[in-house]
Amino acid sequence: MITAERKPMEEIVECARNFSRVLLVGCNECVTVCAAGGRKEVGLLASALRMHFMKEGKNLEIIETTLERQCDPEYIDELADSVGQVDAVLSMACGCGVQEIARRYKDKHVFPMVNTKFMGASERQGVWAERCQGCGDCVLGITGGICPIARCSKRILNGPCGGSTGGKCEISPDVDCAWQLIWDRMKSLGQEDRYEEVMGARDWRTSRDGGPRRIIREDMAL
Amino acid sequence: MKTQSVLEKVLKSGNLAVTSECGPPRGTSAAAVREKAELLRGYCDGINVTDNQTAMVRMSSLAACILIRQMGLHSILQMTTRDKNRLALQSDILGAYAHEIDTVLCLSGDHPKFGDHPMASNVYDLDSVQLIQTVKQMRDDGKFQGGADIADPPKMFIGAAANPFADPFELRVARLAKKVNAGVDFIQTQCIYNVDKFEQWMEAVVKRGLHKEVYIMAGITPMKTAGMAHYMKKRVPGMDVPDEVVDRMASVPKEEMAEEGIKICIETIERLKKVEGVAGFHIMAIEWEEKVPEIVKRAGLYPRPEV
Repeated sequence: MITAERKPMEEIVECARNFSRVLLVGCNECVTVCAAGGRKEVGLLASALRMHFMKEGKNLEIIETTLERQCDPEYIDELADSVGQVDAVLSMACGCGVQEIARRYKDKHVFPMVNTKFMGASERQGVWAERCQGCGDCVLGITGGICPIARCSKRILNGPCGGSTGGKCEISPDVDCAWQLIWDRMKSLGQEDRYEEVMGARDWRTSRDGGPRRIIREDMAL
Repeated sequence: MKTQSVLEKVLKSGNLAVTSECGPPRGTSAAAVREKAELLRGYCDGINVTDNQTAMVRMSSLAACILIRQMGLHSILQMTTRDKNRLALQSDILGAYAHEIDTVLCLSGDHPKFGDHPMASNVYDLDSVQLIQTVKQMRDDGKFQGGADIADPPKMFIGAAANPFADPFELRVARLAKKVNAGVDFIQTQCIYNVDKFEQWMEAVVKRGLHKEVYIMAGITPMKTAGMAHYMKKRVPGMDVPDEVVDRMASVPKEEMAEEGIKICIETIERLKKVEGVAGFHIMAIEWEEKVPEIVKRAGLYPRPEV
């Protein structure tokens, strides 16, 4: 999933300060799962904002809603009526959702309420960790199912570097050395002999280096 | 001979080679570079110039290499893949060779987190193994990494690092083999304090015959103080400083610590001379370059061979 964390309250307050009516929109997808911008968080943030401005002697009217998906124009259309009633939209979706609102409602301010972090998985209750950078040319099949691009601090394809210590990365004892993990997996799969195959320089065009990416499926396009 | 590199000639001659290193200044002084390099004249076969060492901004490795080369000394261009993509790396190699710098060391570099710009983006378009492949392709095939022909290809003698003390230990020989497969010509190792462990690594290297495919130069760094020993043990990633070395440094009065550090270093060199597969020494006297001549002499590595 795409993970996110709510922005600090001070920053959110500054976004809302100059408006009297805002629409606060959550998303029922990834940000709900990582407890950053779903229905529940919309409710909590709306209360916190109302309270904050009440203390300042200001009335902020907030319309609360949560869409099934903010990254999909079909659902964004559902906002038309409420967007018409407000001065600004506060989106609790990831950056994709925020941009879809901006694309559809061209004359309306839209502000992100969360910082979009990474594509990751839940390691345990309350902990999410990065797993994928969307490089566009997956190597997991030859790296034992562990991604060196997302999980090695230097995205080294022929690791581990000289900083790997006790299974941890040189940058922090809290970060696993991806190449230690890869090696452990290779061993348990009986693929030790594959370690010495050099992985050549990558073609990063499939990643963001090739410019903004699109997927076009002729079979599905209308 | 693959190149005109003096280091290659010395290694090929079968003499124990000696390299040393200069960290460029955190400023613009050419005099500072020349002063450090001058201390090493006649005492080594090549001078490594570090590339934004520990992720701190310094005068560029290439610029300092050129200054040193202009003094008639042989600089070794250290290149990390942390700060530059393959375009910048390859253009620096062309520029270096145009200035008669013919030896390069391919590194991944310390993560920016350790330096004074932890907020910097880290590049890692290539890793150190892929940089070795790139330089080799430029030299042997006369082609850029992207495939186009190079007019007057750079004939670089290609080095890389190896750290026998990093984990997992069981991969350390295999990773060296990977660098050999990629085309590396010589290796400079991480500083050796745990000689037993180094010997264990070297034994495995020799067993696989890798010492016949690549020249391995043992890394040596003299300790100035017990504090430095302690710091290197605790704070430097991938460094293995056994307690007995720290204790030995701490066991002498402060004013004798420097001499104790030099003694340890010379004893280490003497012991490593007997280890099969050791082709030379890389003496990194960090901000202590003035001690290199003494170490080289006392270790019986002086005078340097004429090649």
